[in-house]
Amino acid sequence: MSAILETRALSAFYGDFQALFGIDVTVNRGEVIALIGSNGAGKSTFLKTLSGLLRTRPEQVLYKGEAIGGMPAAGIVEKGIALVPEGRRLFASLTVEENLLLGGYCARPGRWNLQTVYELFPVLRERRRHPATALSGGQQQMVALGRALMSNPDLVMCDELSLGLAPVIVREIYAALPSIVDGGMSAIVVEQDVQLARKVSSRFYCFQEGRVSLSGASADVSDEAITQAYFGVTS
Amino acid sequence: MSSIVNIVLQGVLLGALYALFAMGQSLVFGVMRLTNTAHGDFIVLLVFVLFALTNWLHVPLWAAVPLLVVIAFGAGYAVQFAVLNRVSGRDPLPSLVVTFGLSIVIQNLLQEVFSADPRSLATGGFESMSFPLPGGIALGLLPLLTLAVTIVATLALQWIFARTPLGRAFRATSDDREIVQLMGVSPRRTFALAMSIAFVLIAIAATLYGMRTAVSPSDGPALLLYAFEAVIIGGMGSFWGTFAGGLALGIAQQIGFYLDPGWGIWLGHVLFLAVLTVRPQGFFPKTA
Repeated sequence: MSAILETRALSAFYGDFQALFGIDVTVNRGEVIALIGSNGAGKSTFLKTLSGLLRTRPEQVLYKGEAIGGMPAAGIVEKGIALVPEGRRLFASLTVEENLLLGGYCARPGRWNLQTVYELFPVLRERRRHPATALSGGQQQMVALGRALMSNPDLVMCDELSLGLAPVIVREIYAALPSIVDGGMSAIVVEQDVQLARKVSSRFYCFQEGRVSLSGASADVSDEAITQAYFGVTS
Repeated sequence: MSSIVNIVLQGVLLGALYALFAMGQSLVFGVMRLTNTAHGDFIVLLVFVLFALTNWLHVPLWAAVPLLVVIAFGAGYAVQFAVLNRVSGRDPLPSLVVTFGLSIVIQNLLQEVFSADPRSLATGGFESMSFPLPGGIALGLLPLLTLAVTIVATLALQWIFARTPLGRAFRATSDDREIVQLMGVSPRRTFALAMSIAFVLIAIAATLYGMRTAVSPSDGPALLLYAFEAVIIGGMGSFWGTFAGGLALGIAQQIGFYLDPGWGIWLGHVLFLAVLTVRPQGFFPKTA
């Protein structure tokens, strides 16, 4: 398998505050990886950096062999990296359908369009004329995910799809993931629920205080090792 | 009876010009929450550019107006991209200070180049032609043209905002200028395009205003005030609201002029203050 995305000693800063210290993460083509870790460990910062919302040095992010660190966010989505931001962040003055259409603003070719997003989440078709923020939390998350897919990315990054949602809704949304990535798309999922994260991914990285504390295959890591990497305690 | 009809009709015609002044302001505020205090001075500046084109370079008016629109589009893009983007943040104060500074610079530059004399655009007598109605009412052709242009401009803006990808990008950028970048939209370019369109509206308003009356370099702040009042009365972010706000202001001024020739402008301000007190969100508030 060849890597679609690779970070090399990636660091990130909020002003003078350093949030990430030398992160090395690799995502292969067609692969789903999970990022786990406690609040403030740097998972969202990592995704923000990859999407261009936070600047970094060019050579710290390699995408399809090209150094893209520090490119503006609007340019990165055109290259094929889409982010479903934490907390959904839908556009309040746009309808559901307009939110989706805006997701397709950069018009990359591919299988995702209004039709295929509505097939994936049929409830959105019924509610397409409603203001996006008038929907339930789960439906809003579907819009956020659909909006990211509309740019036909080769790598989709999901920041806490489960945030604030009932477990049954979370399962429903994650059930859509296999059909999303079966076209060869790669995905990075950030998830608080470690069991869920391990179930949907092939490999995982555990973040702790801005560093990767553990990584490996999702299937054969012990719960004890994860607990230790997650909280940084030795039992 | 016919005098009341006359007051309302003349008020609508006057108000259409105020609404046209206000349309660019409404657009700029709706997209980037920027209050452009140099708005009136930009109108005056473009009147003088048109004056220079026709009287100094002897470009015929029919060719000078499209040329002015093109110049305005480019100038709007440049002003936003090079200057105002640097201050269009969440804090409204820096942009207020910068546009206020631009206002002073423009006024003094115009006085330096054109002197303080009022100038008007020659239209070959078109500005004094009118259309007679029964009851001794006469509607000026230029004000009627202004009303028609304002209606078309409002329809066009509403269409751009509601139906086009650019309009979606405008509204989304106004909602959340960080996340919109994840869709491939550059806020800096979107803002510059919004200002370009605002400047095209300013160019059209400047043309009709310069034909109607003599304009002097220091007239800008008064025009800003009318534009601002129309936007507030109508409600922020709604183009038909701005249109209605302009008409309300025009009718209030006409009633004032009828009561006493010195009361016109004053009664317009009274209406503005009354709306601000009773209904501060305006008649039709909505984020476009």
